[in-house]
Amino acid sequence: MNIPAEQLPVLQELCRSQPLAALATDAGSHPYVSLVAVAVTDDLHHLYFATPRATRKWANLTRNPRVSLLLDSRTNQVSDFRRAVAATLLGSAQEIDGAAHDEGLMIYLSKHPHLADFVASPTCALFQVQIDRIYLVTRFQNVMEFHLAP
Amino acid sequence: MNSLCIDLAALSASDVPLVGGKASALGRLAGAGLPVPRGICITTLAYEQYLDTTGLRQRLPLLLERKPFQEMRWEELWDLGLRIRSLFLNTPLPEKLTAEISAALSSHLINNPLTIRSSAPAEDSTTSSFAGLHDSFVNVHGLPALLDSVCLVWASLWSDRALLYRQELGLDPACSAMAVIVQELISGDCSGVAFSRCPGREEFVVIEAVWGLNQGLVDGDVEPDRLLLEPITGIIREQYHPERRHACRPIGNGVGLLPLSATQQATSPLTEATATQLLALLHQAENLFGSPQDMEWTLSQGTLFVLQSRPITTSSHTTEESERSWYLSLHRSLASLKVLRRTIEEEVLPAMAADAKRLAAVDLATLDNQTLAAAISERQQILDHWEERYREACIPMAHGIRLFGQVYNDTLRPNDPFAFLDFLAGDAGLLAVQRNQKMQEMAEMLRHDAEMVAMLREGGTPDPSTPFSLALADFIDRFGDLSLVMGGMRTGNRAVTELLVEMASAPPRTNRRPQVDEAMFLAEFSLDKQEFAQEVLAIGRASYRLRDNDNLAIGRLTQRLHEARNEAIRRQADLEIPELASQQATGKERVAQRLTPTPSVPGFYGSGKTRLQARQLVGQPAGPGLGVGPARVINQPADLASFKAGEILVCDAVDPNMTFIVPLAGGIVERRGGMLIHGAIIAREYGLPCVTGVPDATRLIRSGEMLTVDGYLGLVVIARP
Repeated sequence: MNIPAEQLPVLQELCRSQPLAALATDAGSHPYVSLVAVAVTDDLHHLYFATPRATRKWANLTRNPRVSLLLDSRTNQVSDFRRAVAATLLGSAQEIDGAAHDEGLMIYLSKHPHLADFVASPTCALFQVQIDRIYLVTRFQNVMEFHLAP
Repeated sequence: MNSLCIDLAALSASDVPLVGGKASALGRLAGAGLPVPRGICITTLAYEQYLDTTGLRQRLPLLLERKPFQEMRWEELWDLGLRIRSLFLNTPLPEKLTAEISAALSSHLINNPLTIRSSAPAEDSTTSSFAGLHDSFVNVHGLPALLDSVCLVWASLWSDRALLYRQELGLDPACSAMAVIVQELISGDCSGVAFSRCPGREEFVVIEAVWGLNQGLVDGDVEPDRLLLEPITGIIREQYHPERRHACRPIGNGVGLLPLSATQQATSPLTEATATQLLALLHQAENLFGSPQDMEWTLSQGTLFVLQSRPITTSSHTTEESERSWYLSLHRSLASLKVLRRTIEEEVLPAMAADAKRLAAVDLATLDNQTLAAAISERQQILDHWEERYREACIPMAHGIRLFGQVYNDTLRPNDPFAFLDFLAGDAGLLAVQRNQKMQEMAEMLRHDAEMVAMLREGGTPDPSTPFSLALADFIDRFGDLSLVMGGMRTGNRAVTELLVEMASAPPRTNRRPQVDEAMFLAEFSLDKQEFAQEVLAIGRASYRLRDNDNLAIGRLTQRLHEARNEAIRRQADLEIPELASQQATGKERVAQRLTPTPSVPGFYGSGKTRLQARQLVGQPAGPGLGVGPARVINQPADLASFKAGEILVCDAVDPNMTFIVPLAGGIVERRGGMLIHGAIIAREYGLPCVTGVPDATRLIRSGEMLTVDGYLGLVVIARP
């Protein structure tokens, strides 16, 4: 169960299947957590999310790009304690434009086609997170650590 | 009566999903006028209600899913079964359910001794048999004891053997339910089983009979008289009469084996008249159910009662049946364990010690090459022989720990299902502890003798007349020079002295508090149960001690083989010796085998940029405490030699032959799982934090990494820069 090679597909499946993640940004005196729709690249190096520029998280990100995200497969039942899988991602978020924006948008919309209007709005920013580390938790307390170099 | 409790006589075939096959069959037998003891069935609805209202339905998966079932070793399944049983025992029935059951019991039932038996809906079809896999209780008095027994019958749905057997059949225990039969106990003068087709010789009916209750027969403690009859005429074709010694009879709040009177010893419990009556009952049951029957019966004051009738499983002679027998063998009675203990203590261990001593007296250096080659193969044969005996006799003896644990938990109801280990740990007879104690004493000598330490560090040999040298010689004479486990070709006392020097550099470690006084355990038993309690404790302690000691005895024999092989290797260092060439180590040595290095799969995945490593691993808490220190991963014997005080021992499986290293350790992490494995036992002796059952521990952890061993929660945290 702990064999690293077996953990990678678990993580990839989690990233592929979960539409939402909790995003933690730095609000100065405390962390600030929001729910965002995400898309993760297959190589697990990048994550995309979109947010209107008037939000607190956007403001937070302009001050400190360091973020942490939680993706998980919980169903809010007791069985989650053993069956749910959770991944804590650490990385740096950057608002993207130009060719990077077009590429990111394609990845993002292929997962969330219903958000096309939302991201097309001039007030909406698309962020790319460069993922440094992922902590994958399975079976309640089994933790594997993925290090991703840029 | 209500849907939670139904009178046995009112049950029909369509009630099986609610009451199970056994109860439904009894209902049909009673309905057809066959003599069945009075009783009720507590239906599966009561079981479901119990799980739902107490929250057990949520708690059980937390225990079960800690590790994939397929990956659990039998020792881990023991633990699991024990934890689940304890959970049921400590979860009383909700008041409403108690009231319903109480209301359903007639005054006749509640005022008389009872039998409480399982009746699971999935049990006893023609293709599978759960006979003996679930618990039953005989001679139960009063409502509180009855309710306890009901909980334990429910819990037995989750016993290790039932879990294993269900897995074999592809049944999910979480989807299984259990009904319970509560019947008046018929204290039979004689009892037995009868098959309308004798397994293996289907042209005959077979009847087996014992004096007293048939618990003794079912548990295999009492050998029955056996008759083979013609099915139609009832003519007796074959008879077998064993030596009759004991009978199982009601004693206090249970049953026990009592010696037979001289008259009963000399008389078969089964008369021809009873056999004829039984044959008639078998015919009636066969007609009623339309298939060959396997019936349990008892005879009380001239009246025959049917205790149970079930179809003879068609798979009786297939692998499945032999598998079930194996699962059943996971349970050993006190009587059989007492016999086993005598065999090990009085025959096996002394003979092993004698062989080891005889071989040690041979001066290998003086043998010519041909004789040395013969000595190597003789030693291999001796070792093979004793390993076989070890598997037959010593491994099953471990069930004594389990028996004691169960009796302890049933009686004292501790919150910690492993609290009973305090009565076993700290045994002064544990050879590994005696060995380690001697090492501590020698290390203590070195702590005050810097000069000696300096000399030993440089590989010097101290004057043989110093107290240290004398103690060392005495140690090696008693426990060997540890070279077998430390590996390599170290000769003389190098392995031991290197270890002692390291031990002397660390603060002394004493083993934990001594064994808990048995009076605390015995005080919980009534006067009539004192003897039983003492016997169970004695078996538990013997089992705990022997489990470790017998491995050391095998270790001594392995060492003799190792020495002869080393002599051969030495001789062949410079020249080829054809006689000895074929006597190279074959890797069959048990201790060495356990330390075979695992192929190194580093804790990284993929190549280049992506790196994956373990951060926190889950195992079973096997020794409470919190330990922090650098990991020392033991992949091969030589790794033991570089062990430093305070390091965390990380290994595949701790062998008692290598536990001398434990007093140096700051904690233990082991791939093998279970509370009763050697690593856990020795950790407990020293009060060390210990986590067992960590899959791939030796592959995911690397020597030098800082580990935190949480022996309370069963977690290992790996800190990396």
